[in-house]
Amino acid sequence: MYKRIARTALIFILPVFIYNIAFRIYPIIYSLYLSFTKFSGLGTPKFVGMKNFQSLILDKEFWLSMLRTMQFSAEVLPANMLLSLLLALLINRKMFGISLVRSICYLPVITPMVAASVIWTWIYDPNVGILNFVLNLFGVGSVNFLGNMSTALHSIVMMRVWRGVGWNMIVYLAGLQSIPKEVYEAASIDGANSLEKFVRVTLPLLRPVHMYVLLVGLVSTLQTFTEVYVMTQGGPINSTTVVGLLIYKTAFDYMDMGYASAMSFVVGTIIMLASILAMSRRREVAM
Amino acid sequence: MKRKSSSLVLIPFAIITTILMGFPFFWMLLSSFKSNSELFSWPPKILPSSITFEHYVDAISTFRFGRYFFNSVIVAVLSMLINVFFCSLAGYAFACLEFPYKKLFFVLILATMIIPVQITLIPTFLLVKNLPLCGGNDIFGRGGTGLLNTHIGLAVPHIMTAFGVFMMRQFYSQFPNGLLEAARIDGAREFAIFFEIFLPLSKPGLSALAIFTFTETWNDFLWPLVITRTDKMRTIQLGLEIFKGRFVNDWGPLMAATVISSIPIIVVFILFQKQFMSMSLTSGMK
Repeated sequence: MYKRIARTALIFILPVFIYNIAFRIYPIIYSLYLSFTKFSGLGTPKFVGMKNFQSLILDKEFWLSMLRTMQFSAEVLPANMLLSLLLALLINRKMFGISLVRSICYLPVITPMVAASVIWTWIYDPNVGILNFVLNLFGVGSVNFLGNMSTALHSIVMMRVWRGVGWNMIVYLAGLQSIPKEVYEAASIDGANSLEKFVRVTLPLLRPVHMYVLLVGLVSTLQTFTEVYVMTQGGPINSTTVVGLLIYKTAFDYMDMGYASAMSFVVGTIIMLASILAMSRRREVAM
Repeated sequence: MKRKSSSLVLIPFAIITTILMGFPFFWMLLSSFKSNSELFSWPPKILPSSITFEHYVDAISTFRFGRYFFNSVIVAVLSMLINVFFCSLAGYAFACLEFPYKKLFFVLILATMIIPVQITLIPTFLLVKNLPLCGGNDIFGRGGTGLLNTHIGLAVPHIMTAFGVFMMRQFYSQFPNGLLEAARIDGAREFAIFFEIFLPLSKPGLSALAIFTFTETWNDFLWPLVITRTDKMRTIQLGLEIFKGRFVNDWGPLMAATVISSIPIIVVFILFQKQFMSMSLTSGMK
């Protein structure tokens, strides 16, 4: 009987298990191996020892792209968290039409990234874009948002914040709803006003949610690729070349897969650490 | 009195955020229906004075949008079916059945969720290209192009995902224990218990995972970019990106194409809003 159950179970998990070994575990090992080779994608990889990593340490382009990626995360995440918390506080109210507000705020999350990037490129258009029209109304001259080194990255940040807040909003909402009402009642009895309640009760009790949202956001911003590829191709003059784009170009434009694997290992390690932390937080958030 | 003053702040805040958050989307829709003279007029007109479909005709006739759309549908539906089937099998086994090393197997599969796309991209590309006996490859996976530039190749990263297994396990662990026991006492065979009793009761779980997989696959850009070689295999996301490169500043057809590329997702979203939002709590690792 038990044998039969175990046999059934093993048959049921076998396909998934084999798939994950072949397409997840094996690629990690293979990618580590590739990072010690020179490989153009054709023929066989040539073992070169630590050479890729030695070049990587001195590769200014790589470290600049890492810095840019970090800057991207550092701009997206706080803005995202602040706005999504505000939105969550808003939609936590029972009010007429609030579900419409929630749906509209969530709409950007499911919009395909390519579509979102094209829409924002149109909004940012230097000649006929609506954003420049709004700026002109306030007496500010037109800005070439995506074509200017000093504004391109921030412009992508803005689009990314727009696209991400809906997701965080839902997570924060669940966090808010998990705070027991008694805590607020107790605070009211102690004479706290609503601002004090927010600062002293809500914010501290949401700490696990803040951490969770931050870590998940870090994991996803460190992997940024599509929006940059579509909106600026990394330009002007590399000012938006994030590390995800650099790895892609190195591997598939310059066909230097060994070196690209070495890069992906450095970034991948950071991402995996953040992921592990995020997953361990998920239990605290109780989702 | 206090309630009133707070809603005086809240209502304008709600209205402004809704307008700002919804604006890009509605701007896309409005732009796609405006004639060129209105589209590029300065100051811009918010609402079109008459609705025109010329940009849609333009977009569809100049580019192979039908083909791209078809490819995306095939790949998304294929991924969806395979993922839902195998993940529900494994999820059920992990939630309801006892077997040796269960924890270890589960943790191993779950652990793959942390591996970022950067690391798997190159090896998966090589793996798909060198898959033995596919696409002209010999038994050692050499000589041909494997599953590159095929629908199955495009679906590869989205079938049998760890996230799907995790989700289905959560789903099946909510089933009462008694159901399984009762079926066993009645003498039902293990396979029959799953396929004839549990599976028919799994609609909510299956549909949630189906929606999730469809959306992920439909929106995917990096993987199709890497493995498609010819125009006729491109997905709609790739098609849109190329369209953007060719039709620089021709915003009418471009907006029409953007609308076309997001229609299925929007429709699915409108139909299944609740599932989407509850899913954002379980997913996290995106």
